[in-house]
Parts: sequence; structure tokens; C-alpha cells
Amino acid sequence: MADTMQFDLVSPERSLASLQATAVQLPGADGDMTAMPNHAPTITTLRPGIVRVEAPEGNAEFAVTGGFAEVTAAGTSVLAERAVPVSEMTQELLDGFVSDAAAASENATAENLDELAKRTVDIAAMASELGLTVKA
Amino acid sequence: MPNLKDLKNRIESVKNTRKITKAMQMVAAAKLRRAQEAAESGRPYAERFNAVLGGLAAASTGGDSAPKLLAGSGSDQVHLLVVMTAERGLCGGFNSSIVKMARAKAADLLAHGKTVKILTVGKKGREQMKREYGDRMIGHVDLSGVRNVGYDNAQAVAHDLLHRFNEGEFDVATIFYNRFESVITQVPTAKQVIPASFDAPEEGASASTVYDYEPSEEGILETLLPSGVATQVFSALLENAASEQGARMAAMDNATRNAGEMIEKLTIQFNRSRQAVITNELIEIISGAEAL
Repeated sequence: MADTMQFDLVSPERSLASLQATAVQLPGADGDMTAMPNHAPTITTLRPGIVRVEAPEGNAEFAVTGGFAEVTAAGTSVLAERAVPVSEMTQELLDGFVSDAAAASENATAENLDELAKRTVDIAAMASELGLTVKA
Repeated sequence: MPNLKDLKNRIESVKNTRKITKAMQMVAAAKLRRAQEAAESGRPYAERFNAVLGGLAAASTGGDSAPKLLAGSGSDQVHLLVVMTAERGLCGGFNSSIVKMARAKAADLLAHGKTVKILTVGKKGREQMKREYGDRMIGHVDLSGVRNVGYDNAQAVAHDLLHRFNEGEFDVATIFYNRFESVITQVPTAKQVIPASFDAPEEGASASTVYDYEPSEEGILETLLPSGVATQVFSALLENAASEQGARMAAMDNATRNAGEMIEKLTIQFNRSRQAVITNELIEIISGAEAL
């Protein structure tokens, strides 16, 4: 069994990470999951949360606001709408995420109201994990 | 024949013009490099995205449950042309070539009895489209305050498109932009974004893998399709930005060279005129002396 797999994290604007990883923890829309080498091929959407990468040369953490992940036996690719390394995450960026979510909720339709409300909650959960607070 | 003073002024003015075009060329070259980098770093995302989405779409096409964004609204009567141009001029045929293509498409659609609506992104396109199709324009996205296009800008355009689509304002949306081929070639391109169309996935690349889908195939498709529109708009914006700088660089290079040629010509003319004046004066002096 292969010890590592290829991990790619790309956002629309740039590629944030491309490295060999032993495990990747993903905030899947239906719950967290951990992808390891030889995982069954899976495509999952992501909720706002933290992607944790375990790699031989050190672990890395990225805050993402959504997107999707493609997991295959050989590697994991995360296509995030917006992604920021946790070390660079600031209150201002978080406020930006929150206000984006709030703006989206304003023109919500009956159908996606639940989804958008969940999104706001997910961002708040992510914030507390990062030790930041969401202003009311 | 213009007098010496005029010629001198003229040469001075052309020299100033050359300085300006030269500076613009250098600025464009610097910006081009940045825009090109942005376009290149945006590519992996767009490619992956389209590959996954294409696979999903191929799997679900034909089903009754296919989302509206993929299957279309069931008609193709109302077309929306999204004309994406630059905010500034002085970039050769960059804006005109996009507008020309959009105009041809509009004329073609109108000839087939379709309804055409136009949304412009970028000031130059609006100005040019207004002349002919002013009454068909339904909106404009202003990017003049934006220095580097970001995904946010693309998302804003995409939101606008999706909103209009959901309201039933149009059935088919096509974006017009310049694809960046190289510094000297930009290819005007039309791409249909709604209903979504994908390049056929490569043989054997992803077809062999059967994926598990979480939450469900349809659920994913429904979430991803709107982002797909944003992704396509974004890559069009990036390509456009790089093309604009490339076109400007080429145009300004030409202008600089033309100014140089003009200066040479004018200088020759100036020297001849000056010589003629000197000769004239000499003749006058000599004939004056001979007359005594």
C-alpha cells in the first residue's frame, strides 16, 4: 500500500498546495471525512470548514468556504471557492466570509434558505475552531 | 510648403507622442506578464472543474431530472449575448473584434427570428454595441474600478446571469471574449454558458473511474452548475485581461514604430526646407552684390 498520495488544493485564482500527503481531512457537506491513499473514488461537496493535511514534511491546515473534493486512490484534489492557509486567516478575512454569506442570504429563495442558513452556521463553527469570533 | 517653425513644432509633437506610446507599451508589457500569470494559475482550477462537471453532466444527461441549467429551459427563443470587452481603448482591434463577432451573431439570430438581449461587461463594448443594439441592452457590468479581476467579479457577473435565467429573462446565454493565444494573436471566442456545454471528456481519462457521490449525484450537480458558470466567466475574464494587454502592447509597439518613421520623414523635410531657405538667401545676397 502506498504511504502517500498526491494532494492538490486549488482555488479559482491560484493553486495553494500540491504535495504528497498521508491523510487529508475534509469538511464534507454530509460530514467530515478523511481521505487516505487507496480511498474509494469519491466526489463530495464541501461546507465551510477546515481542510487538514497530514504530510511527511509537516501538517497543513486550510480554511475553505465551500467547493468540492475529488478523491481517488492515487490522490485528493480540493477545488475550493476560496481557500486560505489557517496561519494567514485573520478576523478581516473571516468578516469577509460572513458578509458574503449574509449577502447571499438576503436574496435567498425559499428553496435554498436552509442551505444558506447552514452555511452561516458552518462559518461560525469554523471561526470558533480557529479561535476567532463572528460578530453579530 | 510649411515653414520651418511649423515643421519643428510638428516634429516635437510627434516625438512626444512617441514617448507616450513607448511608455504605454512598457506598462502593457509589465501588466501582460501579471495577467498571463493570473490566467495560467487560474487554469488548473477551471480544467479540473470542467472535467468533473463534464463527467457528471454526461452521466445525467437524458434523465428527466437534469437541472434546468444543464438541460436548458426547453426553448431557445431568447438569446442573451454577454459581450466582454476592456474598459479602455488604445489596444488595437481588441474591442472591435469582440464586438464584430457579437454583432454578427446578433444579426444572425435576428434573421432567424430569435429575440436578442445584450449584457455588456466593460465600457468599450457598451459604447460600441449601443450604436446598433441600444434598445436591446439589458444591463452593464462596470469593472472600471477593478485593477485585477478576481473571482468575486466573476461571481457577481455569474449571479446576475443566474438570477436573470431563473426569472426567465432568456433561454440561452453566450459569452464573447478574446482567448489569449499569444502576445500577437488573440482569438475572439463565443462560448455558450447557459445551458452548460462541456467539451467531451477525454477518452478513458475519467470514464473508467466510478465515483461515489456525496451527498448525491444530482445534489452535487445542482450545487456545482452555478459555480461552473462563475468559473467560465472567470476564465473568460482572465483570458480577456491577458489579451487586452497583449493587444495593447502590439498596438503601441506599432504606434511607436510609426512615430519613429514619421519623425524621420519630417526631419528630412525640415532639413530640405532649411537648406532651401539658406540657398535662397545666398542667391539674394549674390544677385544683390552683382547688381551693384
